[in-house]
Amino acid sequence: MIAEGLETTGKYILLMKRVFSRPERIRVYLKQYVKEIEQLGINSIGIVLLISLFIGAVITIQIKLNIESPWMPRWTVGYITREIMLLEFSSSIMCLILAGKVGSNISSEIGSMRVTQQIDALEIMGVNSASFLILPKILALVTIIPLLVTFSICAGIIGAYCTCWFGGILNASDLSYGLQYNFVEWYAWSSFIKSLFFAFIIASVSSFYGYSVKGGSIEVGKASTDSVVSCSVLILFSDLILTNLLKL
Amino acid sequence: MIEINTIEKSFEEKKVLKGISTTFKTGETNLIIGESGSGKTVLMQCIVGLLTPEKGEVKYDHRDLLKMGKLETQKLRREMGMLFQSAALFDSMTVLENVMFPLNMFSDKTLREQTRRALTCLDRVNLKGADTKFPGEISGGMQKRVAIARAIALNPHYLFCDEPNSGLDPKTSLVIDALIHEITKEYGMTTIINTHDMNSVMSIGENILFINKGKNEWEGSKENILSSNNKKLNSFIFASDLFKKVKEIEVNQVKE
Repeated sequence: MIAEGLETTGKYILLMKRVFSRPERIRVYLKQYVKEIEQLGINSIGIVLLISLFIGAVITIQIKLNIESPWMPRWTVGYITREIMLLEFSSSIMCLILAGKVGSNISSEIGSMRVTQQIDALEIMGVNSASFLILPKILALVTIIPLLVTFSICAGIIGAYCTCWFGGILNASDLSYGLQYNFVEWYAWSSFIKSLFFAFIIASVSSFYGYSVKGGSIEVGKASTDSVVSCSVLILFSDLILTNLLKL
Repeated sequence: MIEINTIEKSFEEKKVLKGISTTFKTGETNLIIGESGSGKTVLMQCIVGLLTPEKGEVKYDHRDLLKMGKLETQKLRREMGMLFQSAALFDSMTVLENVMFPLNMFSDKTLREQTRRALTCLDRVNLKGADTKFPGEISGGMQKRVAIARAIALNPHYLFCDEPNSGLDPKTSLVIDALIHEITKEYGMTTIINTHDMNSVMSIGENILFINKGKNEWEGSKENILSSNNKKLNSFIFASDLFKKVKEIEVNQVKE
């Protein structure tokens, strides 16, 4: 199992070496990059907003119900909601969700291209297929992810306000005070920095699984599942390391 | 001209190619024929460089592919066109974009010139008017023709066709065969076709290599096939009743 793991890591590094080689025609790569931003990033905004809105609301309700005490200031709910959204949910948990949506999309797309010989066709033309297919995806996801994180934080906070406006769970002014209380700007930056690493993991690991497919449609499905599992594990593992490295 | 010398290729313990040597002539349709599992596809993949043989030489007009550096290989590949068994068109692109892709990637032509060239290639394969369609919206035969148009877009010197007639009806197969043959003559290319379609062999086989269990078994032209005494070739070619009758008629005519 260790040997297999080392072999897979070696293959991944070799693929990345091919991915980060000089593009044949930058204009064509740029076109691909813009296309990937739309496909991987813009098309994910909806799900990011929806999930973050509901999670923001649910966190607010749960905290309000569980820490209700005469000793606890009312603004604590807003403060904790902000910290959860900013520190973990919008970067790490959102990227775990994106590993499922975007990661499986990438690995199945590249895997299908492999089994239908489209990658062979690129190679025969003299195109560095690894770079042409994978580099724009990595760059697109790394570029768009801070935007998705920002949207997620905002949607989470709107969700929290919704519990005040429509549920009457909390007073909106208490929530506002808590959301602004003792704000540390670095937490937002560390969230963006973490998300950049996670974006790289999602795009590169999923592409690796798709690119390495051998066989037919069953293997494409298996690669898609494997990529989601590997991305999730790697995101959680690197979250642990990055959180330690980026602490104040 | 493409020369291959003593090509050997194994997959783990199994030796698939056992020292195949031959010459594929320029301006001719060179066919590689053989039973399923005889090593035709592996041989073609070794010739185009998708697989690396353990032993041997693959020379493109005296340039050995196996001794080339990365840049030289990429340069050589721009002189190649390939038609895959599944057509291998890019699903996300229209027919026109598929044909324009190699031009966009490697030529210095303006967008207008690229479009004009791509439309000329589509016109050459009788696909005028299909340029805005996606591969999923056209038939298998049309997909093959788009793949031919894409393969010839950069005026290649070498054309490779892997089972060009697989999945096509006999009438469409004849159209594809005729098209490949005409294009080979028109562009003066070295064309290698990997097939087990006997209609193709009899209609466009100018230079035929029959491989059996990874070895050269027989070489010749379509005219030589009918009079050949090679037992393995005969059992492969004349497996169907129709071809057996053709053979009998040919033998009787020779006797008379």
